[in-house]
Amino acid sequence: MKQFSIAGKIFQSRLFVGTGKFGSSAEMEEAILTSETELVTVALKRVDLETDIDLQLSHLQHPHINLLPNTSGARNAKEAILAAQLAREALETNWVKLEIHPDPKYLMPDPIETLKATEELAKLNFVVLPYIHADPVLCKRLEDAGTAAVMPLGSPIGSNKGLKTFDFLQIIIEQSNVAVIVDAGIGSPSDAALAMEMGADAVLVNTAIAVAGNPIQMGKAFKLAVQAGRMAFESKLANKVSNAIASSPLTEFLYA
Amino acid sequence: MHSFKDIFEQYSWNDVQQSIHRKTARDVEAALSASRRTLEDFKALISPVAAPYIEQMAQLSHQLTQKRFGKTIQLFAPLYLSNECNNICTYCGFSLEHKIKRKTLSAAEILQEINVIKQHGFNHILLVTGEANHTVHVDYFINAIHLIKPHFSNISIEVQPLEQEEYEQLQRTGLHSVLVYQETYHKDKYKHYHPKGKKSNFHYRLETPDRIGKAGMHKIGLGVLLGLEDWRTDTFFCALHLDYLQKKYWQTKYSISFPRIRPAEGVDISGFNITDKELVQLICAYRLFNEEVEISISTREPETFRNHLIKLGTTTMSAGSKTNPGGYSVDENSLEQFEISDDRSAEEVAAVIAANGYQPVWKDWDKVF
Repeated sequence: MKQFSIAGKIFQSRLFVGTGKFGSSAEMEEAILTSETELVTVALKRVDLETDIDLQLSHLQHPHINLLPNTSGARNAKEAILAAQLAREALETNWVKLEIHPDPKYLMPDPIETLKATEELAKLNFVVLPYIHADPVLCKRLEDAGTAAVMPLGSPIGSNKGLKTFDFLQIIIEQSNVAVIVDAGIGSPSDAALAMEMGADAVLVNTAIAVAGNPIQMGKAFKLAVQAGRMAFESKLANKVSNAIASSPLTEFLYA
Repeated sequence: MHSFKDIFEQYSWNDVQQSIHRKTARDVEAALSASRRTLEDFKALISPVAAPYIEQMAQLSHQLTQKRFGKTIQLFAPLYLSNECNNICTYCGFSLEHKIKRKTLSAAEILQEINVIKQHGFNHILLVTGEANHTVHVDYFINAIHLIKPHFSNISIEVQPLEQEEYEQLQRTGLHSVLVYQETYHKDKYKHYHPKGKKSNFHYRLETPDRIGKAGMHKIGLGVLLGLEDWRTDTFFCALHLDYLQKKYWQTKYSISFPRIRPAEGVDISGFNITDKELVQLICAYRLFNEEVEISISTREPETFRNHLIKLGTTTMSAGSKTNPGGYSVDENSLEQFEISDDRSAEEVAAVIAANGYQPVWKDWDKVF
């Protein structure tokens, strides 16, 4: 399958995994290992930078796993930029998943503040991956601002409702010059496979793995679904046809 | 000022009470199968006819809580800064008329206390006081927050109601949340339980969450003191309050607590008890009504009951709590506000949470925000 990269970094796996909501750090670690992901998001607000050995981080110390700190908790661009700078210092990475949701109820991303923060962070040499609505125009504006990828939502975060934004994701994928990672709402491996079949570059999954009855096995199920979906996309899916075409009543006359 | 008072005054206690008691099994079933639940659904779920549905409610509450919050429980410790109080609250151990030794922690004592709390692993702290405006005022809180901020990621307060400007000052200093319980939404009973002091002003207290919301605080904690009046009617008003606040101050998070009256020095209350089964019904009803609200369970509840509540909708727990100023180290025998029922250490509670398949979370905020 085609190689996939963001900001020059090549990924073998197109599955990104979130580290919240697991019942224990050991369970998180095992699920992440079976998923074979190479990029995991870590909420800066959960990381204890003052103690030398943060329990959560110690479970993510594997050479193939890269950390993607997120700015969850930020309500505006200013807070998000501060959080990104702190994360860069503490976790020694200039990658940041930009999350700005002023609404703590549905955790909807603020498009205006996200665009502002992306502009600033790109100037500060961050590799920015913003979490956004499935808004095609916003995606192009973010590209202009220097984003490294876009992370449109499939449905409200944590809802497990699948790709409710399907039609808009299609437009985004069609138009994008940067990687498109479908984030939020992916509730089952079939949702992930569908996103990959559409041509998304990657997906990010958290709740559906962490809260599963068996998160470790679910990590593997997502790995396989993402691979299958990508393989199907690259193999070019046969078109869907609703009824058989028996004759050509409109052009028949050309052959008479 | 447009506030919750305008909404509140459109309701009558008796009408609400009767409407809860008129709910039928069919209303409960409709509420259970709804995808997003309304205040009328909430009434059905807290009504007496919902009692036989408690297992179904518990299952749904468990699932919704895990979906939203994951398999995690956040831990915090209360720090009682003062038991000075100019109010008479007939149910409270700190009430003015009790001739007890009054104590307000000095800066050095605060540092001594937080040192002990920190050793247990806590990163979230709740500061609690009575209401003594001449000594324990906004400047005292600002000073306390300055002392505590270098050591804790998340600071909350549960103190007397303040003015909006004062909340703004505290927010700028680094305060994250404010907890303020109405105690009871029954206006006449409120006056009866709070005959003297600034707290006797029902409306000032009722409008406090509006002032906190306007000040842009990150989180507001609500609740009623269960046992002062009919818990079903009281909690309906609390849910109404929550619903109003959430729509108006949409950038703020909310939490609900369920304090049941506990024995305290010189206190005699009876008549409106809520049973364990009813409390479980209430907790689940809140979760079904509001999937995002944080549900906090204190050490007022006994050990075994708290263990079971871990899976029923809880998101936050206190542990190893002392409810007397200086209780962690300065003056371990000063008078407590109420007797705690779960006296396990923070480490023991964390171990029980883990044994239930949940991750104890000590830090879920950062000073940077």
